[in-house]
Amino acid sequence: MASLNPPPAAPALPKNDPRVRRIMTIMNTYGKRHDALIQVLHSVQELFGYLPKPVIELVAKELRLPASRVYGVVTFYHFFTLKPRGEHSCVVCTGTACYVKGAHALLDEMEKGFHLKPGDVTKDNKLGLQTARCIGSCGLAPAVVYDGEVLPRVNPADLVNKIQERLEAAL
Amino acid sequence: MKNHALYNLREKLHAESALKTKKVCVCMGGSCVSSGAQKVLDKMKEEVRHLNPGSGVEVKAVGCMGACAKGPLVKIEADDVIYQKVTLENLKPILTDHVKNHKPVPHMVIFSDTDAQPTMKSSEHAFYKNQKMIVLENCAKIDPDSIEDYIAIGGYKALQKALTQMSPEEVIGEVKQSGLRGRGGAGFPTGNKWEMSYKYVGEQKYLVCNGDEGDPGAFMDRSVLESDPHRVLEGMILGGYAIGASRGFAYIRGEYPLAIQRFGTAIQKAKKLGLVGKNILETNFSFDVEIRIGAGAFVCGEETALLASIEGKRGTPHPRPPYPAEKGLWGMPTIINNVETFANIPPIVERGGEWYAGIGTPKSTGTKVFALSGCIQNTGLVEVPIGTTLRQVIFDIGGGIPNGKKFKAAQTGGPSGGCIPEQHLDTPLDYDALTKLGSIMGSGGLIVMDEGSCMPDVARFFMEFCMDESCGKCVPCRVGTKQMYDLLTKICSGTATEYDLALLESLAPMVRETSLCGLGQSAPNPLLSTLRYFRDEYEAHVKEKRCPAGVCNFAKTPAEVR
Repeated sequence: MASLNPPPAAPALPKNDPRVRRIMTIMNTYGKRHDALIQVLHSVQELFGYLPKPVIELVAKELRLPASRVYGVVTFYHFFTLKPRGEHSCVVCTGTACYVKGAHALLDEMEKGFHLKPGDVTKDNKLGLQTARCIGSCGLAPAVVYDGEVLPRVNPADLVNKIQERLEAAL
Repeated sequence: MKNHALYNLREKLHAESALKTKKVCVCMGGSCVSSGAQKVLDKMKEEVRHLNPGSGVEVKAVGCMGACAKGPLVKIEADDVIYQKVTLENLKPILTDHVKNHKPVPHMVIFSDTDAQPTMKSSEHAFYKNQKMIVLENCAKIDPDSIEDYIAIGGYKALQKALTQMSPEEVIGEVKQSGLRGRGGAGFPTGNKWEMSYKYVGEQKYLVCNGDEGDPGAFMDRSVLESDPHRVLEGMILGGYAIGASRGFAYIRGEYPLAIQRFGTAIQKAKKLGLVGKNILETNFSFDVEIRIGAGAFVCGEETALLASIEGKRGTPHPRPPYPAEKGLWGMPTIINNVETFANIPPIVERGGEWYAGIGTPKSTGTKVFALSGCIQNTGLVEVPIGTTLRQVIFDIGGGIPNGKKFKAAQTGGPSGGCIPEQHLDTPLDYDALTKLGSIMGSGGLIVMDEGSCMPDVARFFMEFCMDESCGKCVPCRVGTKQMYDLLTKICSGTATEYDLALLESLAPMVRETSLCGLGQSAPNPLLSTLRYFRDEYEAHVKEKRCPAGVCNFAKTPAEVR
């Protein structure tokens, strides 16, 4: 039979983390209304890069919502992630226009070059690979977004080099 | 701000703008920004100071010019010449030759790389000549971040007219007369929807703008929000006035940061001038707008799911009726319209419903914006009167298929739509004709496929999308999409039998008829339409274990096929 003990508590948040203070301010501007939940989670992810468990618990407590409800929302929407995403992010758009123009070849190259499948992060935590459902830049297909920069009309043969260059430039 | 003060401000701004005769407009649409337009804009401004190409030259940022694959684009407004692929290295001749010495630069003119003969005036090029712009009419002319630009070009005139000369019933009357149908895809008459909501009594009514443009391959709403945000905002305020709502929400996709930013700026600036907020134009009408950022769930484009999401919940739909017009946000009467629908409202109110009804076909009036992409020469955003044929859009405006390849199919309506084959190219693009062909008008994504696309694989692509995006609430959609996806994967790996194909054909109508919301009900569309028009391809995969387009790799097992 499964243990009835409560799961181990998430590590406490540093009290004076400025990011936590910022989240508190944002929740206050929404009057801590329940409908602010998704907007608050957006802010948390922007500040932390992902949704750390202790912060989710804090948000639930402050908005007077059950943690299960918050967790339900977090896991429902694709935008939110519970795992850190790597220092740099590479998003391959897999929308229809990019699909028609060969987005799959780009994913194959990422797997060959960096051993990454969508959702993975490299072992050194430098680079994470995701896919997007359509970034709305269909005129530039196939498109890849590297740290917010859109790389237009990417040739599969150049992709790994382009990313490598940017990773090295960031060192 | 009082009504006459806004008149005076418009007169003043309009006169100032008329003095600037040499405008160098740099496109700041999303795609051009991604291609480096900001740097081009900055450099242009700097060069104008250095080169001194004459007085009265103004370098300005404007919204989308439509030819999104050719960016960054720069337009010399007075001469109606657009330059393509402008970079930091090649921008000088535009200023020295064209602006200063009035000698245009033919080899940089838009479409000069693909056309046999460059067309100097952009409005004479087939891409622009065959369009009719209503929704996009301001896009390439005004700075999206400037409310002054919008007012100078005639913005908020419709609001003035409605608030001072028209009753809400009269506004609804004009919209009804215009025949405008919802541009989100379903095509429900907007005026009727408003009238319903107007009649319901509630202590608070809400108005929602659906900017959750989730269909892959659709970027119309993105461009409109990024290029002419005040137009959408004005449409929302007018809608609020018509139905008696005092609060509005704009639900915009999280994937569109620029649209969120520009729409936010628009709300702030309109608030400052008293065009949003309490007692608009010092009348008794008050209307406030808030932005809600979507979090990446396609199902939230469905209206009841979108409302749940605005309330901060999981975006799962619920059965209708009651329709949101009766019971929507927090149980109150709520109107939901698409971005493009709202962008059509100001001209309808200003110029009258009759004028609008004269454009398009009798049953589907007005224009429709399409996002043209895929295997096509001129990719971008185009607006045509409804009823224009697919052939005109793809071959006249779009310039046909590049690299000498053959047209195979046009996909409309995203994952809820279907593929239209060559024999139906002369079908007019209107709501009813497309439904008859097994596709839908949808929100306006139009993706062209050439002979290199494998139709079962296309169906599998969309089915994977629907499977991932199914919210899981109802069984036919949650389980059905997965089963259909698995069967399509078997077909694409050459391991399917004729029994599998038959199973697929019996599953699809079941999912269509028994799913709770539009996502599940339309999920089989891409599959059914490709089966209808490209059955031979399915049979080649199943019976001959052969992929006619050469896309599917039969060496892989179904588990290995991505």
